Amino acid sequence: MALAKSVYNLLFRRTSTFAVTIMVGAIFFERVFDQAGDALFEQMNRGKLWKHIQHNYEEKDEE
Amino acid sequence: MAALRVVVLSGSSRTFLNAPKTIRTPTANMSISSMSRSRKVALSTFGVITAGGAGLALMLHQSVKASDLELHPPNYPWSHAGPLSSLDHASIRRGYQVYKQVCSACHSMEYLAFRNLVGVSHTEAEVKAIAEEVEVVDGPDESGEMFTRPGKLSDYFPKPYPNPEAARVANNGALPPDLSYIVNARHGGEDYVFSLLTGYCEPPAGVTVREGLYYNPYFPGQAIGMAPPIYNEVLEYDDGTPATMSQVAKDVCTFLRWAAEPEHDQRKRMGLKLLMGSAILVPLIYYMKRHRWSVLKSRKIAYKPPK
Repeated sequence: MALAKSVYNLLFRRTSTFAVTIMVGAIFFERVFDQAGDALFEQMNRGKLWKHIQHNYEEKDEE
Repeated sequence: MAALRVVVLSGSSRTFLNAPKTIRTPTANMSISSMSRSRKVALSTFGVITAGGAGLALMLHQSVKASDLELHPPNYPWSHAGPLSSLDHASIRRGYQVYKQVCSACHSMEYLAFRNLVGVSHTEAEVKAIAEEVEVVDGPDESGEMFTRPGKLSDYFPKPYPNPEAARVANNGALPPDLSYIVNARHGGEDYVFSLLTGYCEPPAGVTVREGLYYNPYFPGQAIGMAPPIYNEVLEYDDGTPATMSQVAKDVCTFLRWAAEPEHDQRKRMGLKLLMGSAILVPLIYYMKRHRWSVLKSRKIAYKPPK
């Protein structure tokens, strides 16, 4: 409760800091959400995506 | 709202809220509980007859389908069949090899370019090498002549025949369909294509197939102009996978699914993110709905009949 109160007083009380908090929060949330979604999708389809088999074919070219 | 306010202002709301249940309220005869017994019986009989008739009609309709001559393909457990399952890109790569070495002798894929393979089944260097093997007619040059050059990434897959008429002449009058969107263009999708490729058999007794046609129970009409295209060891895979008939058919079907639906993986990736977003938003919206409606759901309205 003390945390919620201090967050409110620090960030959400004034409209200016509230708006900045929402915008910065949106950027971080979007990045985290997107990367978490990609990681989950790649975990579920491990070994099937091009990303997972790419190294088999690139090493040959370099040799 | 106005009526409510009048009741509240008149100061008698408390008495109505605490009024005994014997208060007579006028009711319209519209609910089932207020119907007479005979009406209830009649209505439920009518409902049962209607539902039974609809069910019977549906059953009869189903049984009519049994006289169909067409053999519907079974559902195969594709590795990309799940709602969040991506395509197997190693299989796409093998499928492209099958297309190139087997199918492309007769079937074109005119909507696919070499560049589409980059980052899907081959590296850019590999696709450049594949494309350079193809002679492409380009031009005109400064003297107005057409010339041939090695293929580039931006070139489309070479066609086996210059036009449909030439394809018909070369194939006994049957036109090999373009395979770009074939999986979306046929009922049953990759199940159908897989069944067709592996489903060739001897015609049953009493069925004669015209010269130059082959019997395939999955093909509408059962007589197909395509000779059985794949068999065990029809080709040798670069990655050492044993090239059994079903393996070859499965790989080429996966390749054709990708060709018909290149956005497949991206679509399912976005679907997963949509579900994740919904998991956050739906409980919040449900809570908000309950919160907003709590005022309306918990109030009590008393009607004061006019004197």
